[in-house]
Amino acid sequence: MKYGYYPGCSLEKNARAYHVSTMAVAEPLGIEFVEVEDWNCCGATEMMAIEKIPAFALISRNLALAAKQNGSTNLVAPCSACYLNLKKADHYLAEDKGLRAKVDTALEAGGLSYQPGTINVQHLLETIAVDIGYDAVEERVVKPLYSLRVAPYYGCLVPRPATMQSFDDPEHPTSLDKILQRLGATVIDYPLKAQCCGGHMTQISEDTALELIRRLLKNAADCEADMIATLCPMCQLNLDAYQDAVNAHFGTDYQIPIVYFTQLMGLAFGIPAKELGFGKEFVSAQPALDKITEEAPKPVRTRGRGKQKAELPMPTQLEER
Amino acid sequence: MTEKQNSPAGQEKVGVYICHCGSNIAGTINVDEVSEWIKGNPNVEVSRNYEFMCSSTGQELIENDIKEKGLTRVVVASCSPHMHEKTFREATERGGLNPFLFEMANIREHDSWATNNKEAATAKAKALVNAAVERVVHHKPLEKIPVDIDPKTMVVGGGIAGITAALELAEAGHHVYLVEREGTIGGHMAQIDKTFPTLDCSACILTPKMVDVGQNENITLLSYSEVESVDGYIGNFNITVRKKARCVDEELCTSCGICEEKCPQKVVDNNYGAGLSYRKAIYRAFPQAVPGYPVLDKENCTYFQTGKCKVCEKVCPTNAINYEQEDQLLNFNVGNIILATGYDLFDARKIPQYGYGRLPNVFSSLEFERMVNASGPTGGHILLRDGETEPKTIAIVHCVGSRDQNHNEYCSKVCCMYSLKFAHLVHEHLPEAEVYNYYIDMRTPGKGYEEFYHRLLKEGTHFIRGRVAEITDADRKPGEEGKLIVQSENTLLGVQQRNPVDMVILSAGIEARHDSEKVSKLFKMGCDYDGFFNERHPKLAPVSTMTDGIFIAGACQGPKDIPDTVAQGGAAASQVAKLISQGTVMMEPVRASIREDECSGCRICNNLCPYNAIEYDEEKKVSHVVTALCQGCGTCVAACPSGVIDGAHFTNTQILAELEGILWDMPTEMTVMEEV
Repeated sequence: MKYGYYPGCSLEKNARAYHVSTMAVAEPLGIEFVEVEDWNCCGATEMMAIEKIPAFALISRNLALAAKQNGSTNLVAPCSACYLNLKKADHYLAEDKGLRAKVDTALEAGGLSYQPGTINVQHLLETIAVDIGYDAVEERVVKPLYSLRVAPYYGCLVPRPATMQSFDDPEHPTSLDKILQRLGATVIDYPLKAQCCGGHMTQISEDTALELIRRLLKNAADCEADMIATLCPMCQLNLDAYQDAVNAHFGTDYQIPIVYFTQLMGLAFGIPAKELGFGKEFVSAQPALDKITEEAPKPVRTRGRGKQKAELPMPTQLEER
Repeated sequence: MTEKQNSPAGQEKVGVYICHCGSNIAGTINVDEVSEWIKGNPNVEVSRNYEFMCSSTGQELIENDIKEKGLTRVVVASCSPHMHEKTFREATERGGLNPFLFEMANIREHDSWATNNKEAATAKAKALVNAAVERVVHHKPLEKIPVDIDPKTMVVGGGIAGITAALELAEAGHHVYLVEREGTIGGHMAQIDKTFPTLDCSACILTPKMVDVGQNENITLLSYSEVESVDGYIGNFNITVRKKARCVDEELCTSCGICEEKCPQKVVDNNYGAGLSYRKAIYRAFPQAVPGYPVLDKENCTYFQTGKCKVCEKVCPTNAINYEQEDQLLNFNVGNIILATGYDLFDARKIPQYGYGRLPNVFSSLEFERMVNASGPTGGHILLRDGETEPKTIAIVHCVGSRDQNHNEYCSKVCCMYSLKFAHLVHEHLPEAEVYNYYIDMRTPGKGYEEFYHRLLKEGTHFIRGRVAEITDADRKPGEEGKLIVQSENTLLGVQQRNPVDMVILSAGIEARHDSEKVSKLFKMGCDYDGFFNERHPKLAPVSTMTDGIFIAGACQGPKDIPDTVAQGGAAASQVAKLISQGTVMMEPVRASIREDECSGCRICNNLCPYNAIEYDEEKKVSHVVTALCQGCGTCVAACPSGVIDGAHFTNTQILAELEGILWDMPTEMTVMEEV
């Protein structure tokens, strides 16, 4: 299946591992990515806060380019901020005629135009979970990630806002959990899975950012996670690069590797770690990866279920949504 | 406007009356203009407008005009025929005309209430009034059809609403079939520990009523049964009920309970036990069950699943176990039906951030009801999911799934009160424990309810005004370890709060039964957007439905507490008793008839009739309508290829005249097209 591909600035540099691993898993999953030619920065989170019209124009230029380019009407963004910005622009251009007129003027100056709704913006997680499907992912697995305890971390942008028809529950998403389960990993019920990593707070108010990062690391450690799997370059950077700072600030000693979910998919698909960008992370993933066993671990009873006689039965989980 | 009447000028003398309905109609529609304009229709003898046509003065206008001006037809343009068609038909009759020589134009619900555009509303009112005039000219005098009321009644649902309705009727001497889906009657009230605000023991006030039902000779109790089909109409319903096989011979069973005791298969009781306790594969929901015969749950029975076991058969002293028992289809007639099918509790798992189903010490309100009940799994002790630890701090979260645009927008009406009751029960059972009630608004309207709230304030319950955002086990600060942290806004203090507690109770709201839409179709009546059954009128006919002879009571109509439910059960029973004592009701003479000499005998109509009201005469080779069965739906009228079936009061001439009347200002070409 053919998809437009919008890597965004991060995937060119600090999130190179995300880009490399995305490309590596695309082929076995039957995805053909066609990169948008001459794309520009999405404006990240700052631009929108400073001046709305140029911010929307900047984002819309990418939508216009993607629409012009022959190929697919689906546009995949692996970066959560890029995804949200592109999706938001498409949504508000359709809703706000005044905004659209101004953005149109800006696009015209560059010889471009964009009709809202033409492009279906997807996050990479949505492409894999919804379009490709969990069964197809499982079929590609040749080296299951047995015994690896992974905390699935979605961050705050991808499942929200719900008004834009999110593909997953905005408060308690489960699509990444399911993908990782199909890879054979032991997925922990990570309570903070949809909470904020601090974003660019590291630049504005470091104390705030470090506290937010600490919570995520502490909770993952409490859940005895071997690593955190993420789907956002910002989350990866904050949790990985600032882990030392957190340890210094709070007197803790967290050593939790933060990897992209596509890297774990690649490993399970039998692709060598080197070709998946492993080794670029600050906190090395190697000790965690060494824990992977060839045999499936014995099933552990989920918490709270029939250990002692007196125990009351738990309500069953809701069916797959 | 006069050029296009299809009825000859001066054929009939029509009186037209435009109602102002205060400002409901006159505020939007120029009533003077409409009544003046319709005088241009050559059949109109009198045209007036009046403030309230439904008042006695308004009705007298009609009566006097018929007598004095010799009117032969009457049109009133006012509200929906559901409101006042009967009123004006009677006025027409009092004036000396057949009541069916009247026609009503709805210019309120269909016009003035639907728009603020006065010009457009006035134009539409003209079209509607003109249509009514054109139609009424073709009306024929008709006589109402008397229908006898079968004095037997079916009550569907054996909760407190159905029990009340069944007992009221049975005690008045009428026979009742009480149909209950589960193995026992009792419904949700049987699960509850105490009732607010008086704190009566729920079982103590319910079980005597259940016993009365079981012993009343006028009640045929069909438990573990479901209604399969409903045919017929008011006074003459034909019902088929599926009596599911409980694999227990009711003639032989003595309700000794030994089968239940010896059954080796334990399953979680998700129904009566709210998922907090276990039952056996052959079971009675609770010891006071009515009827007392157990039900064998085939899905969980070892014998049915593996072919081995049969312990219950071996231990039964009267050989009452019958694995071969099959479902029975029972057929009977009733005159009226009362639906009292109750509610489902909102499934708190739909709000994943509250952790129900993931975090062991988050409980649903029904789970807590069972736990605090002396007959429940913990013998009435309030304990954490481990079954041994007493909680020291408990949070009670109001409005779970209610007053929430993501789930149910409405208020479930009972949750504030039962949450207060929970807080009281905690104080009673665990005097040292701290209780935090998270509420949006405290809603306590009812006799003694507000006083109960004040009592709880004095008992030391902490009240936090704010919707809970999240319940998590992810501790962040010292003191939070191992606790459930309730994150919420406190809108009175204007702060965000994190409150570590041992136990959380989710006060889930009331929802329509998951299959209410299916049930409403089975009974050919309506349900609203939320799935609750529609009453005929929200104020004045709260237990009647749009279908004559079918009544509703209790939470199937909307969230309700026990007093309101009981009141509705009684009200529905009195509606039915009224019809039974009338003995006969007059039905609309809207019936189909076949002109037999023109019928080709093709029999197309025979199978189309949903009421099986058309018979085929083998000798004459023609079809004819059994008037008593016909409901006037019109299906056969539309389907007849020879066009020889007439629907009384809905003849082709009447409908086409009405259409021409409404399209009076259409260009001529349109009329030509219709002729093609």
